[in-house]
Amino acid sequence: MVTIRRLMNALSIRNLRKTYANGNEALKGINFNVAVGDFYALLGPNGAGKTTAIGIISSLVNKSAGEVEVFGHSIDRELEAAKECIGLVPQELNINQWEKVGNIVLTQAGYYGLSGRLARERAEKYLRALRLWDRRDDIARSLSGGMKRRLMIARALVHEPKLLILDEPTAGVDIEIRRSMWAFLRDINAAGTTIILTTHYLEEAESLCRHVAIIDEGEIIEDAPMSRVLRKLQREVFVLSLSDEADRAPALDGFQTGLVDSGELEVELGPAHTLNDLFRALDARGIEVVSMRNKANRLEELFMRLVESKQP
Amino acid sequence: MNVALNVIAVKTLVRKEMIRVMRIWVQTIVPPAITMTLYFIIFGNLIGRRIGTMDGFDYMQYIAPGLIMMSVITNSYGNVVSSFFGAKFGRHLEEMLVSPMSNSAIIIGHVAGGVLRGLMVGALVTVIALFFTRLQVQHALVTISVVLLSSTVFALAGFINAIFAKKFDDISIIPTFVLTPLTYLGGVFYSIALLPEFWQAASKANPILYMVNAFRYGILGTSDISIGHAYGILVGFVALLFSACLYLMNHGVGIRE
Repeated sequence: MVTIRRLMNALSIRNLRKTYANGNEALKGINFNVAVGDFYALLGPNGAGKTTAIGIISSLVNKSAGEVEVFGHSIDRELEAAKECIGLVPQELNINQWEKVGNIVLTQAGYYGLSGRLARERAEKYLRALRLWDRRDDIARSLSGGMKRRLMIARALVHEPKLLILDEPTAGVDIEIRRSMWAFLRDINAAGTTIILTTHYLEEAESLCRHVAIIDEGEIIEDAPMSRVLRKLQREVFVLSLSDEADRAPALDGFQTGLVDSGELEVELGPAHTLNDLFRALDARGIEVVSMRNKANRLEELFMRLVESKQP
Repeated sequence: MNVALNVIAVKTLVRKEMIRVMRIWVQTIVPPAITMTLYFIIFGNLIGRRIGTMDGFDYMQYIAPGLIMMSVITNSYGNVVSSFFGAKFGRHLEEMLVSPMSNSAIIIGHVAGGVLRGLMVGALVTVIALFFTRLQVQHALVTISVVLLSSTVFALAGFINAIFAKKFDDISIIPTFVLTPLTYLGGVFYSIALLPEFWQAASKANPILYMVNAFRYGILGTSDISIGHAYGILVGFVALLFSACLYLMNHGVGIRE
């Protein structure tokens, strides 16, 4: 039964530890599972251990202890099979800047044992999907930052991995390209590829991922479905645009309020109240609201609270 | 191990290496051709005329095999050390490390790339040599096997250098302070029979002496050392260095944290 459950996981991590030669304990025995087909966010502040964990999963970093299984293949006993399941888009650019775009993807296909014709077909498929086909004969150095990121995604997908790991894939990418990458990743996930995403854009994680784990100082401090995690948010702050200007914040019974400026009101909503309560209170004061937005991304608020609560 | 996958991976890596060599041909092919042309003009043509014969051959003829071998080993070494370290430095080595290709395949692919560049440059230097002297291969099998084994030894040595290298300086230290002196003292320009007894014995500790002389035997039919010893040393070095490369890769030395 245990074996069957493990096989159902795209990734299974048990008591994973990493201590670097300088004594830095980057991972302190973390455990988590990623279900097949999931879109999984691995979040944490800088230096939390995300990239170390990804490095171990993808064989770029030697672990100190623990077990990693990718689709049931242990990286200790069946490394080759485990590697065949993974596609990695690392945080830092790791393409040969002097190589042609097409050759980078074709070469990666060859490293995964794809024959010439199949490799060419796949390279074309993913370069087209990521809008790089027209640049296939250009050297990678000539691409923009966003294009280089997309090239790394095409390279990671050329062997059609079951598990795609993206370590901050949209860092430094403009909003238009970021949104198109989100759409592409949703499609890939819908087609069956399990995705693990690390990002500092929590809006991105909230928008894309169904499960979230938060890692801090080498320990997992949260690991649950996104909806359940967001429900833990006890307090939300909304910014309301008012139809009439105000010179001071109105007192609303049961709500903390403050003026952002004369046309915008900030309201804190606790667990005891709903948005309906808020609007009833606003109606009672004759205050008309033109639009509203969250002051901060919900996941971001929760993330900050969880990370700050750990600090002494 | 998935043999079919690794065969394709090695072919891919060799192809990539050849594209690299041809892309930067001004750095990889031209300089050794110019250097060797100068050697032939200065040592062979100008100074060589005054030296006369060595082991019964005119001096130009005598040094030609050594110069060809010198270009083969320095280019085999240089190709692997710069390519592997460049990949490590630019982090695109990770393309191979995350893939299922085996560590043996990574080593073989790089070494094959180094051997091919060594052979390309060696062939070019041979053509240049033919403008200056006449070369008639006496033992074709010896010539081919010795050049292949020698370039393999130095390609493997270059791989080890690249594994340990942390900065670009580290990939020039061994060629400058070890490889070049050993090559010059390896009987490229002279027969060790000319040396005092002590230095003859000391020269026999230099592995390059065996490579140069075995190659010279293949082309001219003359050698200072036993060909059997040369093969023993070459095969021994290939086995030893390949094992060392594999050990280092399997333990992630210099490539995995």
